Amino acid sequence: MRTPIFLIIWLVIAAAVFAGAVAFGNDYVFFAGYVVLQYVVLSTAWNILGGYCGYVNFGSAAFFALGAYSTVAIYKFYPLPIVLLLFIGGAVSGVVGLGMGYLTLRLRGAFFAIATLALAVVMETLVVNWDYVGGSRGAYIIRPEEIEPIGNYIRYLFLIMILLAVAAITIARLIEHSRLGYGFATIRDDELAAEASGVPTLRLKLIATTISGALMGMAGAPFPYYIGYLQPSSTFGLDYAVNSIAMPLIGGTTSWVGPLIGALLLGSLQQIATVTISSAVNLLIVGCLLVGFVIVAPNGIVGLVHKYLQRKPDDFVGRRKVETDAPGIVP
Amino acid sequence: MTDLLRIDNLGKRFGGFIALENISLAVPAGERLGLIGPNGSGKSTLVNCICGTLHNEQGTVYFDGRSVDGLAAHQRTRMGLSRSFQLPRPFVSLSLLDNIRIPLLYAVAARGAHGSTADIEARCIDLLCEVGLDAKARRLPRDLTQVEMRKLELARAMAAEPKLLIADEAMAGLTHSEIEDILALLVRLNERGVTIVLIEHIMRAVMSFSRRLVVLVSGKKIADGRPDEVMRNPEVERAYLG
Amino acid sequence: MIFSFDLLINAVVSGILIGGFYAAVTCGVSLSFGILDIVNIAHPAFVILGSYAAYIVNVSLGFDPILTAIVMTPLFYLLGAVIYQVYYVSFEKRGQESLRGLAFFFGLLFITEVSLVLYFGVDYRYVDAAYIGPSLHVGELDLPLRILVPCLVSLLLIAVLQLILKRTFLGRAIMAVAQDHFALRLMAVNPVRIKRIAFGISIATAALAGAFLIIIQPVEPSVGREYIGRIFAICVLGGMGSLPGTVIAAMLLGIVESLTATFYGPSWAPAVSFGLLLLTLAVRPAGLMGR
Repeated sequence: MRTPIFLIIWLVIAAAVFAGAVAFGNDYVFFAGYVVLQYVVLSTAWNILGGYCGYVNFGSAAFFALGAYSTVAIYKFYPLPIVLLLFIGGAVSGVVGLGMGYLTLRLRGAFFAIATLALAVVMETLVVNWDYVGGSRGAYIIRPEEIEPIGNYIRYLFLIMILLAVAAITIARLIEHSRLGYGFATIRDDELAAEASGVPTLRLKLIATTISGALMGMAGAPFPYYIGYLQPSSTFGLDYAVNSIAMPLIGGTTSWVGPLIGALLLGSLQQIATVTISSAVNLLIVGCLLVGFVIVAPNGIVGLVHKYLQRKPDDFVGRRKVETDAPGIVP
Repeated sequence: MTDLLRIDNLGKRFGGFIALENISLAVPAGERLGLIGPNGSGKSTLVNCICGTLHNEQGTVYFDGRSVDGLAAHQRTRMGLSRSFQLPRPFVSLSLLDNIRIPLLYAVAARGAHGSTADIEARCIDLLCEVGLDAKARRLPRDLTQVEMRKLELARAMAAEPKLLIADEAMAGLTHSEIEDILALLVRLNERGVTIVLIEHIMRAVMSFSRRLVVLVSGKKIADGRPDEVMRNPEVERAYLG
Repeated sequence: MIFSFDLLINAVVSGILIGGFYAAVTCGVSLSFGILDIVNIAHPAFVILGSYAAYIVNVSLGFDPILTAIVMTPLFYLLGAVIYQVYYVSFEKRGQESLRGLAFFFGLLFITEVSLVLYFGVDYRYVDAAYIGPSLHVGELDLPLRILVPCLVSLLLIAVLQLILKRTFLGRAIMAVAQDHFALRLMAVNPVRIKRIAFGISIATAALAGAFLIIIQPVEPSVGREYIGRIFAICVLGGMGSLPGTVIAAMLLGIVESLTATFYGPSWAPAVSFGLLLLTLAVRPAGLMGR
């Protein structure tokens, strides 16, 4: 399927979802849906570096928060339209992603992961000590009531997020089917052999980190408008880190489908759980699912579906189907 | 004519352990060089230093007239230096076809030769045919036997269209006729202009293929010359017969 | 910023003392990550678990936390052995450690912390013991016993661990297993069993470190997060697996943190350990091929 067709199909689906939400009658669906779609973007973004390249980023919250805080910083100066803020947030996070990558991507995978965690905390500390954006006291953003012709502002935010989600999965799919996708797969499989085969691994990893960071920043940019009151402790919260890792791993890391499924399933589950049970139990469930899936179903839901349908496992980045009769354990 | 590969006084240590000491070597284009030595003598370390996988503290490696000091491994591959790994390192989530495609997409394309997807795929199939793996083109490396993985390893090194190919123990475990096949393949490559460095323990193969032999023992080069002369060298005899 | 020599000396000494304790928290990771190459990012969670274990016994039976922890070490050892076995079968054997192994430990970190929140709530918990409260006064120096005692016991723990590693067969097998599986098998030693024992010891140290922690400061479940940065900063700075290095690095970190908190304020404290970690990683010549 050519990319433009893919994009059109998903835009149509997005339009249908939006229309359905409007028809639902209760604006709560937009509030809940926004969060789920946000996670679609975050998981897809995480997966570009984590699933495709094999580099685990524990600091997703930092990129997300940078997008959010860019919005706050600019808002205090002059409230720009959200679409513009999206790109600014994306740019800021993208540049930071590039910088972080440059500092840490020469390290082995485990050190890189720890470095991302360290970076997230350092960034949080910087923000907490920066009074212009409210520091530890937090920052308020006044959300406009309505916007023509959509109506309630939350619908506008939902629309933005669903378009961003479509963009994210399209970008992911585009990468998979390009030379870049092949390169990423070799980095994941054997970085040394990739270098020897002529793959410029550092450059590719930097590209992955930048795209991943930028997308996360774009997901964060509208967040202040959504939440109204931005606090460092929750914005930089570890739950973003856990979710952006759990969703792709549970959904399946080898293609754009996995993070989408993971985010839709897990995100919806959490929205329901937060209403019916406490948010702590919610996180416990996520943690348990993560550990469970990682042990029992390393290829995620996508992998399980393939095995169940007994199709020859399509277990690599978007390539044409492959024949194999080896037993199911991933090498 | 300048040598294709020239190594000046190369030295490499791991902490206190001296892996390579004062290695100097000149390989003219078109050469068929055999590199032999007991296990642990530093052959693979030397290959790693030449190709940029390891960094040598002492000495310089010149390839195609340029010093490759500080160049990353992928840059050296793009210059035309290619190697196969002693223990095969296939890309496990990619099919054989895609494994071969990678050097074509990255190393060869970087030199400006852009082929269409169909061209590249045809070239991949050709390469797999040369090593006898075309039947399994769309399978994953985990479906291969050890011997087939070695062949894939060699094919992938060839896919980078190198000027100089280092084959690191590509023949271990092969049958007599398979060895003949691989040797014939290497001879064909050489006739097309590729310089070959063959690292092997199978003496028969090394002796019949090499026009020049280099012997490495405990990180030092102890012999360098025509194969028959080298084998008559008393030091070499000592190294192999103890 | 009020500068006084008195303040400086006390800050440095306080840093050294707390550094001793940090070394105890880190020694388990020096073992699991430094030597065995298992990225147990959940270690701080087990330390907090140890704190709560000491808390329960102290509150219900009035026993001394450190003695409680010593009694608890076999339990924690068992926990470590079980976790390693799962890790080995699911990830190490299949070569999946880098992505999924890491996610596994991250998940464990989360599950442990959230379970503690659900069971104990987010209130700070503290213990009661004879040496919490009084301080030793040596000239200008102020040495609170609640930090001094854990520091000394920590150093004792590390000394014992170092002895085990260097002088016993088990210890040398542990040092060897990271480097050469095959040679170990030839000596009729099962590397998996050795790693399991080592990881068990690693988690057992967490029990003790947890007791020290709750003596030094009140504990609530998210306290573990600050320690992730500290532990890995110390481990990397200390040379990955060298216990003497761990002690020195820990004290260094303690001093830097203490000085920062004293002269710049405590809100910058988390950045110190994580910033030091980043600095160390950036400067350290770790690449694709080497440690």
